[in-house]
Amino acid sequence: MPSAPTIDPPQRSATAAFLAGFGAAWLSVMAYVLIGTYIGLAALAHDFGFSLWWLAASTVLVWAGPAQVILVSALGAGAAPIEVAIAVSLSSVRLLPMVISLLPLIKQPQTRNRDLLLPAHLTAVSMWIEALRLLPPLPREQRIPFANGLGLSFMLAAQIGGGFGYYLATSLPPLLSAALLFLTPMSFLISTTRNCRLLSDWLALVFGLVLGPLLAFWQVGLDLLWTGIVGGSLAYGIYRLREARR
Amino acid sequence: MSGELHAYVLLVLVGFLPNEIWRMLGLVVARGIDEESEFFMWARAVAIAVLAGVIAKIVMLPPGTLAGVPPGIRLGAIACGFVAFLAVRRSVFAGVIAGEVVLILGALAYGI
Repeated sequence: MPSAPTIDPPQRSATAAFLAGFGAAWLSVMAYVLIGTYIGLAALAHDFGFSLWWLAASTVLVWAGPAQVILVSALGAGAAPIEVAIAVSLSSVRLLPMVISLLPLIKQPQTRNRDLLLPAHLTAVSMWIEALRLLPPLPREQRIPFANGLGLSFMLAAQIGGGFGYYLATSLPPLLSAALLFLTPMSFLISTTRNCRLLSDWLALVFGLVLGPLLAFWQVGLDLLWTGIVGGSLAYGIYRLREARR
Repeated sequence: MSGELHAYVLLVLVGFLPNEIWRMLGLVVARGIDEESEFFMWARAVAIAVLAGVIAKIVMLPPGTLAGVPPGIRLGAIACGFVAFLAVRRSVFAGVIAGEVVLILGALAYGI
């Protein structure tokens, strides 16, 4: 009796991998979290007088929720452009370690740099969390198109939410807008926990949860950057020490 | 019309560029890194710690209307969502919905 192949990597084309990623996005809670989050963001943009097209363009170009919230509220409040640029940049430091810990999963020795531009641009918390979970079982040559499909699908979800939110804007009660803002920490915490495999993952999660608000409360400059470097290095160091003792 | 154009120029200069620089820097740094390397392991821990910091900051020092919900309710909702995730076969959906329900009921009880 011929055994049925579980996967047929070489036959599946890049297009099929892209579509698989595009479809996988809608099985993830992140697609719905993005819709909700961008309903809230669009209501904010509407209140500050930005057009729906401007919001859509910012989602394509910036593709980072917290940075977009800062951009809309600071520009809308008339802050100096240079201050806005610095605030946006500080809020997006997390993208650096995320890209560094995603690209080695998808590239091959012969991968051209320009083929990594789109996956790097699509890297955001939602896509990073789900890519780390879904990519490892896939054959390497399918990972770039899969990641692109996943990221673009999430971006589509955000645009759908943005469209809804823009028209709902004036009728969004404060309770609902608070609930939409709460989607981000709730879903990020659970999804990150689900991805924790190694001791260093767990320790980094706990150290970050403690250090983040503590450093912000003490008004340490670049609080998130330090949270990452101190919390992440401690977690990695302890993990390595334990491994060495075995 | 020039106001509209101005908004798009600002979007690129103070939104897109200062944000994208981190991704491009990541692209350059990741070039020589492979999945088995120690640096990759460290970067993964740093990314998780930053993300955890972002999560905790939103709950403890929340933006906008979420700040109107008392801290006890926010923390209670996060805890309930987390427990629901663990209890219901590690379902992310169950956890998020449970957390949201607790937050909304708590805020309603508080009178928001």
